Amino acid sequence: MIRAVLALLILTGTALADETIVSGLSQNRVSITADFDGSEILIYGAVKREAPAPDGGPMEVIITVEGPPTPVQVRRKARVAGIWLNNAEVRVDSAPSFYAVATTGPLQHILSDTENLRHQITIERVIRAVGITDEAEKAGEFVLALLRVRTNEDRYRVLEGRVELTEDTLFRTDVVLPANLTEGEYRVRLFLLRDGRVVATQERLIGVRKEGLERFIFTMAHEQPLLYGLLSLLLAAFAGWAASAAFRLIRL
Amino acid sequence: MQLYLPIAEVSVDAFLILGLGGIVGFLSGMFGVGGGFLITPLLFFIGVPPAVAVATGANQVVASSVSGVLAQMKRKAVDFRMGTVLLAGGIVGSAIGIWVFQLMTQAGQIDLFVQLSYVLFLGLIGAMMLQESLRSLLRSKSGAPVRRSHVHSWVHGLPLKMKFRTSGLYISVLPPMLVGAVVGFLAAIMGVGGGFIMVPAMIYLLGMPTKVVIGTSLFQIIFVTAFTTVMHAVTNQSVDMLLALMLILGGVIGAQIGARVGVRLKAEQLRILLSLLVLAVAGRIAVDLLVRPAELYSVTAGALP
Repeated sequence: MIRAVLALLILTGTALADETIVSGLSQNRVSITADFDGSEILIYGAVKREAPAPDGGPMEVIITVEGPPTPVQVRRKARVAGIWLNNAEVRVDSAPSFYAVATTGPLQHILSDTENLRHQITIERVIRAVGITDEAEKAGEFVLALLRVRTNEDRYRVLEGRVELTEDTLFRTDVVLPANLTEGEYRVRLFLLRDGRVVATQERLIGVRKEGLERFIFTMAHEQPLLYGLLSLLLAAFAGWAASAAFRLIRL
Repeated sequence: MQLYLPIAEVSVDAFLILGLGGIVGFLSGMFGVGGGFLITPLLFFIGVPPAVAVATGANQVVASSVSGVLAQMKRKAVDFRMGTVLLAGGIVGSAIGIWVFQLMTQAGQIDLFVQLSYVLFLGLIGAMMLQESLRSLLRSKSGAPVRRSHVHSWVHGLPLKMKFRTSGLYISVLPPMLVGAVVGFLAAIMGVGGGFIMVPAMIYLLGMPTKVVIGTSLFQIIFVTAFTTVMHAVTNQSVDMLLALMLILGGVIGAQIGARVGVRLKAEQLRILLSLLVLAVAGRIAVDLLVRPAELYSVTAGALP
């Protein structure tokens, strides 16, 4: 397998620099405002060639969108004395808060394992869980559970065949960012592949930020916590009084 | 209409939150409970992170309690003196509760501890209240003489007696302080105002008349939950003002309607309804503990020490 890949590398080595990506995003900034309900990003681009397209397998495109990674704790419940409780825990060093992989075809056909390992394309390769085997038995199942839970939450997505490629040159895809977005820099990576090998890559960023009222509340809660707490109380007390007063008016 | 919550970082349906606040506020005004034991599990259910749900729930309870107390005050149904005595005990109990909460967090079983406390206390109190109020309802129907609302017992032999005119009681301050301390302790551990414990304790332990109990309980809850809200805001930054505002808007209106409906119902009926509600919540949490969950694994993001 590896030998075959090496042979291919030599064969197509000259063609590597000949194909590059020119790409664009429909927006490189997402503002989370009070009525934020998710956002659709159009990622489009073209393959730029100095020479005619090289021979070999068909061109394939993979596009990934990755939200800011955080450490994650995965807990497992077990039955102890008739009650279901958390009795095992694994700490994963880094898992993205959002991850989408869009491709032109089935991942296992268009991407080789070695290239996946090298470029960390699929979600299994992006999650960093080093040394978890010491923390619990069957630690691998915790990582599978993390993938399952986040896929159910629509945070992790595999969109096979959802990149449209026209005449081996133009490509486009839509990635829907969910409503429960985390703030931060979202990394968009574009890969051009031939015969399972990556021939060109490009990286772009989408800035996701809270704006307006959302930003104001968030900043205040973190920078002036006591004032914020007291203000919340005041708001609550005032609302309670106002409702009481309003109902008295209605009655009279 | 979707609304993005800045602290919880989830998008929720604004009308759902308004309705939730309204229902809990209605019950709060009717029964004199803060509603924390309802709002917190309901917020979990719609996907708000637990830390935010507990802190914001407390903030909402402040508003519905203020609204409820004002409605009760017009009926002269708040015993401020009793409320103050209860509160004094409550602050001591709450401080101890926060300390125990930290110990349990370090031990890593705080979720289980909270759930078990819910099942145990809600179940016990709900069953006691249901049994007692059914008995007194049957008695009043059969036309037999009604038992006096307060009987003389060992409680009345303790020192430091004080007159509680609104409640029509002349008892020692020690039992109310102890009740306050126990409620404060449980409130800190379970993240609730403690009304569902306070109300039966006042009726059965202190012998206070039911109509005074509700206003006095709400009066004390305001301060306990205000304390909790500020504590959470300062230590965890987990109070979501936007979520609180939506819950409050629904809640204050619900509390006003609830207080008016409550006046029309008989005390026994009120107590039966409250006990059924408390039992339902306890049952729901017990089911979670006993039935095999669909997903055995849970994921928590963020760097914990």
